[in-house]
Amino acid sequence: MLGRLRPLIPYLLLAPGIAWLTVFFLFPMFTLARTSLQAGTLETGFRFVWEWRNYTDSLDRFQEQFVRSFRYAATATVLAFIIGYPLAYAIAFRAGRYKNALLFLVIMPFFTTYLIRTLAWQTILSDQGDVLSALSAIGAMDVLDALGISQNGRLLATPTAVVTAITYNFLPFMVLPIYVSLDRIDRRLVEAAQDLYGGPLRAFLRVVFPLSLPGVFAGSLLTFIPATGDFINAEILGSPKTRMIGNVIQSRFLEVSDYPWAAALSFILLAMILAAVLVYARLLGTEELTG
Amino acid sequence: MRTVDPNWKRWWTRRITRRRLIRGTALGAAGLAAAAAVGCDDDGTPGQTPSPGQTPTQAPLEALSISNWPYYIDADTIADFQDEMGVSVSYTQDIGDNDEFFAKIREPLSRGQGIGRDIVVFTDWMAGRMIRLGYVQELNKANIPNWENMRADLKNVAFDTGRKYSLVWQSGLTGIGYNPKLTKRELKSVNDIFDPAFSGHVTMLTEMRDTIGLVMLGLGKDPATATVADAQAAVDKIQPFVDNGHIRAFTDNSYADDLARGDVWAAFAWSGDVVQLQLDNPDLVFLTPDEGMMLWSDNMMIPIGAEHKEEAEAFMNYVYDPAHQAQIEAYIQYIPPVEGTKEAIAEIDESLVDNPLIFPDAATLAQANVFKPLEEEEERQFNELFLALTG
Repeated sequence: MLGRLRPLIPYLLLAPGIAWLTVFFLFPMFTLARTSLQAGTLETGFRFVWEWRNYTDSLDRFQEQFVRSFRYAATATVLAFIIGYPLAYAIAFRAGRYKNALLFLVIMPFFTTYLIRTLAWQTILSDQGDVLSALSAIGAMDVLDALGISQNGRLLATPTAVVTAITYNFLPFMVLPIYVSLDRIDRRLVEAAQDLYGGPLRAFLRVVFPLSLPGVFAGSLLTFIPATGDFINAEILGSPKTRMIGNVIQSRFLEVSDYPWAAALSFILLAMILAAVLVYARLLGTEELTG
Repeated sequence: MRTVDPNWKRWWTRRITRRRLIRGTALGAAGLAAAAAVGCDDDGTPGQTPSPGQTPTQAPLEALSISNWPYYIDADTIADFQDEMGVSVSYTQDIGDNDEFFAKIREPLSRGQGIGRDIVVFTDWMAGRMIRLGYVQELNKANIPNWENMRADLKNVAFDTGRKYSLVWQSGLTGIGYNPKLTKRELKSVNDIFDPAFSGHVTMLTEMRDTIGLVMLGLGKDPATATVADAQAAVDKIQPFVDNGHIRAFTDNSYADDLARGDVWAAFAWSGDVVQLQLDNPDLVFLTPDEGMMLWSDNMMIPIGAEHKEEAEAFMNYVYDPAHQAQIEAYIQYIPPVEGTKEAIAEIDESLVDNPLIFPDAATLAQANVFKPLEEEEERQFNELFLALTG
């Protein structure tokens, strides 16, 4: 009995996952796709009429926000990499018995909700707050103003605040995958490199870093993708001049109730992110990424 | 694909308004007690003791479900109503934004289904839309004899002639809240908010009618007869100040925190909010601009499919009793829709009687403007113009 069923077992095991994806991914996507081609208004109702103009018109109108979202997300991803890689490296190779404690600290911010963490920055960076008072007391704000990092002696409601907060919020997503891939590296490979007269830098660049690329790839996607669609940071710490495409989609769905445009914008964003990821994967070399 | 939590904004609103709970230990404690009582009912446990008139064997009526804006009621009214009427109430503060809440309940209503709520509260223009779409039930005034207490000027409104479908919960004024210590000057006009010295420290409201309305007043235009061209003029006035960073944000009540903290020096603001904020930051001033203010009302309505219509009407009747209204008013400090509240409130707190923001005198009301009821196409155009500003 069981013998005849054996070939089916993989499919049976897959069934819950496939059912889940069908119900919670494919079906909503299909609905969203239909919505994106509707025309009409809330009061008269929306009808499905293959309204392709939703795509061209909305893209045309919100080009600026699209560009801004990708710029902010890319900057945040690079920053998260610059901060996250040394951190992951230190935890993997140098932390010794503090490894678990440090990993715990990396995840710790997640014990507070995303929204509250972001709101906290509103208080920290407040124009009248201690941080800004201290910075302006030592004249740092003038320097930051001159560099274009702050505006008129304030950090809130500037692109800096938004990008910094995105970096902060997604940093753990960068650190953890990099840590995992670094931790997996066989230390003997590093020793071998040194035995072959590779200095520490050469050993890192030729052995450790290439082996950690899958982690870097995973980490940057986990940071970049949600950062592009993020709206909370820009909403809470930004100004009308820092609105990202996520803000536009959020307000189209929930405030304007313009579902077709919101859906069309979501699909455009999806396509753009997909394209960006494919280009990135190609640049990094796909064979490196399978680990 | 990110899904948007429709409640995130409510969280945000709640953050600002929780200050209202901390207004005094007594009130705070009472608030907790009431929250506990209501929470108990949410769990389906009938928490109230039957009043003397009832036979103890009478089965407790099922929960009357009310949705309202955050902290728009005092701590005791719900508990008192439950005790007096033997109706258990589930009172939820889940409306933070007209458009957002409408978007949330539209789908079932459009299919003629109930939304598990017996009373919802919407601002005039959205109340008008709900009525136009047939999403609310006609009120049985025989169950609401107290409705006669409604202020005469509210009894006939364009969107609901004769108040067949809606009763005002509260009214309020939109003006300018500001901190003279930070602006270092007195503000008088709507246009003073554009003073270059305040660059980066000014917010306006996401509520289109409030922001466009006030700016129109500043331009000498009448919001009651607003045309698309007027709205365009207002948008053209605001746009450069968005572009040069003068305007820090367009907000819902989240401006309140920024104002109290001092990040925002001057904001388009709602009267009751500023009255509350003064407890935190006594420097704050609510300004009636020379050109006038915007006046609005929020309205209770019974959506279609409501399962407890009679109990909902009993609740409306209850809050239209001047004594009960005064109890709410002393706490929330908006403008009561019920005649006789002033007399009743004197017994609670004499000082509130002379507050022009709660009981606006004729001079204040003469300066209050109501935004023109917009046709759908017109509304779309106004919104589209306004969205160009806010993104």
